[in-house]
Amino acid sequence: MAVIAPERKVRTPARRASGASRRPVRAGSGRRNPRQRRSIVLTIVMVIFTIYSIVPLVWLIVNATKTQPELFSSFGLWFGNGFSLFQNIADTLSYRNGIFLQWFGNTLLYVVVGAGGATLLATVAGYGLAKYKFPGKRAVFAIVLGAIAVPGTALAVPTFLMFSQVGLTNTPWAVILPSLVSPFGLYLVWTYASEAIPTELLEAARMDGAGEFRTFFTISLRLLAPGIVTVLLFAIVATWNNYFLPLIMLSDPQWYPLTVGLGQWSAQAIGVGAQPIYNLVITGSLLTIVPIVIAFLFLQRFWQSGLSAGSVKQ
Amino acid sequence: MVVFAAMIIAPVLYAIYLSLFREQLVGGTVFAGLENYITVFTDAKFWESLGRVTVFLVVQVPIMLVLSLTAALALDSARLHGAGFFRIAIFLPYAVPGVVAALIWGFIYGDQFGLTASINDLLGTSFAPLSGSWILGSIGNIVTWEFMGYNMLIFYAALKVIPGELYEAAEIDGAGAFRTVFSIKIPAVRGAIVIATIFSIIGSFQLFNEPNLLKPLAPNAISSYFTPNMYAYNLSFAGQQFNYAATVAIVMGVLTAVIAYVVQLRGSRKENA
Repeated sequence: MAVIAPERKVRTPARRASGASRRPVRAGSGRRNPRQRRSIVLTIVMVIFTIYSIVPLVWLIVNATKTQPELFSSFGLWFGNGFSLFQNIADTLSYRNGIFLQWFGNTLLYVVVGAGGATLLATVAGYGLAKYKFPGKRAVFAIVLGAIAVPGTALAVPTFLMFSQVGLTNTPWAVILPSLVSPFGLYLVWTYASEAIPTELLEAARMDGAGEFRTFFTISLRLLAPGIVTVLLFAIVATWNNYFLPLIMLSDPQWYPLTVGLGQWSAQAIGVGAQPIYNLVITGSLLTIVPIVIAFLFLQRFWQSGLSAGSVKQ
Repeated sequence: MVVFAAMIIAPVLYAIYLSLFREQLVGGTVFAGLENYITVFTDAKFWESLGRVTVFLVVQVPIMLVLSLTAALALDSARLHGAGFFRIAIFLPYAVPGVVAALIWGFIYGDQFGLTASINDLLGTSFAPLSGSWILGSIGNIVTWEFMGYNMLIFYAALKVIPGELYEAAEIDGAGAFRTVFSIKIPAVRGAIVIATIFSIIGSFQLFNEPNLLKPLAPNAISSYFTPNMYAYNLSFAGQQFNYAATVAIVMGVLTAVIAYVVQLRGSRKENA
């Protein structure tokens, strides 16, 4: 193993930084034994995995086209008699004076400010930690690693109590401020910066009289770009999908993000005086995942290389 | 760094501070020392919830990781038709918010218009995933669905960087496909397996979203102390017992950190051996 570990560390960032082959190498084809036949058995196994992964999503799409009575009367995995997807979308958007759109806007706000800010902070701090020497560096490193292990939800309740002392609960800040901190992102930029930016390059720039800011913006930022995009993507997903934190921080539906709002709609269907709106919950769920799925599909090459960077850490 | 300190370190300190106090009906908040901790360790509800996530952990995490590893090895074998499609399709659930995943599966499990109902009609069975005896398995299925693809990609990324010479050497030595998998590939991705295990353990101990969202659908099967995290949440938001909730949160945090650390140690020790 001793041979592989260092090799791995050098290889991945170097390949990405050069930009030579962004696209991941196709599963060894060509590299390994080219005479190997394609395996039917393995393909079948993967088809089963894929069906398992896809069926719930297909169910969601199919059922978003049904009216509420049809949900009960028709088979789950096939379309009903009518096609009411557009009617459902219209109903979802206009339910309770368009609160869905309001939630959508809130989610966007939390994502842009929270994830954007988190990426910015992680970049600046990670870069600083990687490229400047200062006393106590090892201690900071240990704390960051420890912070990755501290689960976000364990912090949520104390954070809520702290925020309620200073009157921040029930405001957007209560969701945004904790999202700004991403120990994992910090760690990712840190390791990425120490490997992708040669210190000699920085020294050369300093010799030429470039200031620290200029060095950062003209040299380091460009070399760091793939790493930053990865951190940004994961921050976006984390913020977009965040449920626990906004659930405890916010009591006013006006500030809910989509996830909490949908949870509330779903809970509304059960209990005394229930007003089930299953068709709206289903359509709303579909509308919630569409943007993030599209983002993932378009930015494939970034998160795929980012994941391999993530697996470098050990 | 200041923000970092404010958002991570301050809540921890505040939680520890809270956990040392006790609210009384008369006389407000008083210093209680370790009293809350003693209460936690003698609290049957806490132990029950802890036991539940431990069962969950011991069953769900290995199943999920074995499935992920199988899928990753299949992708890496270069013997698949359409590997790129499979990679994306299996990863897709990770992009689905946990809330939406729980809602979708909740509907599918439902006996009114879910798929389960259709299957039961078809086969004449009366399988009820939301009943008390099945609920943990149902939640495990949701979590497996969400994170199988994610773990698969982590393993796959680790597999890709195994140097090709190792395979050539194995081939010269006459190792078959299975031999290669067990002697080269799996040892080489041990680091990734350890990481994935740690993240899965943390995730299991923090289980909250799925049971909390399924609770309205299965009110009898999911109690307010189904998982430690739900217990802490309900203590503080339904019971107003903030000090005790903070204690539960700290105990769980310490427990998670210790277990993650032990796994890490064991994993790296094997690597050196």
